Amino acid sequence: MWDYTDKVLELFYNPKNQGAIEEADESGVKVATGEVGSIACGDALRLHLKVEVASDKILDARFQTFGCTSAIASSSALTEMIKGLTLDEALNVSNKDIADYLGGLPEAKMHCSVMGQEALEAAIYNYRGIPLTAHDDDDEGALICSCFGISESKIRRVILENNLTDAEQVTNYVKAGGGCGSCLANIDDIIKDVQQQAATPAIDNYSVKVATDIATAKQSQRPLTNVQKIALIQKVLDEEVRPVLIADGGDVELYDVDGDRVKVLLQGACGSCSSSTATLKIAIEARLQDRVSKNLIVEAVEP
Amino acid sequence: MKPNEKLHPTFRRTPYRLHTSYYWYYLKILALVSSQLEPMQNNCIYLDNNATTKVDPEVVEAMLPYLTEYYGNPSSMHTFGGQLAKAVKIAREQLAALLGADESEIVYTSCGTEGDNAAIRAALLAQPDKRHIITTQVEHPAVLNVCKQLETQGYSVTYLSVNRQGQLDLNELEASLTGNTALVTTMYANNETGVVFPIEQIGLRAKEYGALFHVDAVQAVGKIPLNMKNSTVDMLTLSGHKIHAPKGIGALYVRRGVRFRPFLIGGHQERGRRAGTENVPGIIALGKAAELELLHLEEATKRESRLRDRLEKTLLATIPDCEVNGDITQRLPNTTNIGFKYIEGEAILLSLNKYGICASSGSACTSGSLEPSHVLRAMGLPYTTLHGSIRFSLCRYTTEAEIDRVIAVMPEIVERLRALSPFKNDEAGWLQAQEQTLAHR
Ligand code: FES
Repeated sequence: MWDYTDKVLELFYNPKNQGAIEEADESGVKVATGEVGSIACGDALRLHLKVEVASDKILDARFQTFGCTSAIASSSALTEMIKGLTLDEALNVSNKDIADYLGGLPEAKMHCSVMGQEALEAAIYNYRGIPLTAHDDDDEGALICSCFGISESKIRRVILENNLTDAEQVTNYVKAGGGCGSCLANIDDIIKDVQQQAATPAIDNYSVKVATDIATAKQSQRPLTNVQKIALIQKVLDEEVRPVLIADGGDVELYDVDGDRVKVLLQGACGSCSSSTATLKIAIEARLQDRVSKNLIVEAVEP
Repeated sequence: MKPNEKLHPTFRRTPYRLHTSYYWYYLKILALVSSQLEPMQNNCIYLDNNATTKVDPEVVEAMLPYLTEYYGNPSSMHTFGGQLAKAVKIAREQLAALLGADESEIVYTSCGTEGDNAAIRAALLAQPDKRHIITTQVEHPAVLNVCKQLETQGYSVTYLSVNRQGQLDLNELEASLTGNTALVTTMYANNETGVVFPIEQIGLRAKEYGALFHVDAVQAVGKIPLNMKNSTVDMLTLSGHKIHAPKGIGALYVRRGVRFRPFLIGGHQERGRRAGTENVPGIIALGKAAELELLHLEEATKRESRLRDRLEKTLLATIPDCEVNGDITQRLPNTTNIGFKYIEGEAILLSLNKYGICASSGSACTSGSLEPSHVLRAMGLPYTTLHGSIRFSLCRYTTEAEIDRVIAVMPEIVERLRALSPFKNDEAGWLQAQEQTLAHR
């Protein structure tokens, strides 16, 4: 028997805001819906938001949940928490906030709160017309857990946001690893990787030196030396490009610089992702042209 | 005899008097621990008898003296301990009678898991050159996980499939048997669905290929009549706490003549087949429980199946979109497993709990694992039913009024949860899309 708080039980037995919101022809008001989870996994949530278009405010929120006690309580809590918030404010609600509102959830049930936060995002992204995959990459990132269909990007995100330190916690938060268990070793690797990245300070002494070199070069109007150019490219990649890619489950590594051709290795979700050319051009090339030199061309090399 | 009287004075000193301050701490700790325990729910409607059963008061009464005055070791040479051997022998006969076996064919164990482990290992050790095992996909973890471990040690294992009714295909068994098969190990009755396997027919086929046959009968003992006399079963596992004895005692039936290598090695207890000082109170309790099971078997079976059928039929009639999981002709008399579509098992259980009703579910959310029941999955149930499956298991104490209560509250519980569900009334939408993609996996 799970040890539920009184708040969880209260919202389970007497849930607030259950049901759907029908699209009515009210002017200035729109309904947004977000769906997450699946019947295969045993958890699913459909969240409905009634949004005042002019102010971006959530006027009403309702839910329909397929799931256990804590899934129902988490969904109900979420709807209570976001009523009256603007969409931007609501986006700041984390799974931790939901769990806190409930006075805590058993560790093994934390995935219910994660589902709540994801449904909220899905609804808001739907409303704003942003394709969810562009943000979350759940379908595109490398699939780590095939039992529950969980991607690397989702795992990375939950590790970062909740400071998770072992695979069992990851299982509790997103279910990955809770089936056959064959993905647990990969999850361990991702945790190690995330921890390592967190431990590396963003700007180390080396990059400070590079920055001063480049500044002096620019002052004296001298063209960058080869070494300076490579160092600058590396710095822009490390500080501006990689964090964005890593958050989406990908990564990039500088392979070589040959004149104005910058050769990179795309990794993780970026390597396998169908929009990798777009990543290359928009995220990497444009940034490097802007920061280093107009003439740069970025190419991916096969790993 | 008053035990302390004849003992040497050293042994008569109580530890309490020697260490009064420790005793005080002991009481303190005891008070602390008990203050943290929640008050027990005593008058619950207990329909989870396949998980465990209440200890019969007569069983408690029978075992009690062996926890207090008769605390000796039956292996001792003195009368104080030695006299217990007689009581153990009587208990052994009582249990053997329930199985239609000989007293010498009983090996006491600590639980069903130990029995299963011991039987499988013994069968393999006795036939070192055979490296193949046959079992089923729906076994208890006490068998499944042993087999999985054996696979890492060079054994090959065939996991027989089951059909939508949870039944085996004997042709598949036949096709899997070879001269290399050391052991066929299957359950007698499934703990989740109550489905009963055709044990004798399985055994006949195993014998044709010279394989040993072990049966995990933890759920079957006391619920269906057994007779090991003319049976094809070589070894059979049972567990005390499923038949109104306490937890911590079980037994393995080992047919006379079957070569048996012990799992627990040490002293000569149980004719060298299971070392370790006998759990005398447990053994006495199991003996008494077996005697009572045999006494009540016929009439209890009839009563339980009548109540079970009424429960099942009424729920199916009053609640739309639900179905019975498992073969309803070859089934234990006390078990029903019903899938309530579009809702999730834990939510049903917690709602039942509010009315003091204890049942069980095949949903992953009630267990430590996140995957739903391997048994229901092996049967190929659709996900719509799988997650909302509830098992009601009865015993001879179950009353008409209790069943009425469940019948009364279930429709409302299901309706309430379905009102919350995004899948109900959504056959054309999200759910259908999901079932379709799942079918393509
Ligand atoms: S692949 Fe992750 S649990 Fe099976």
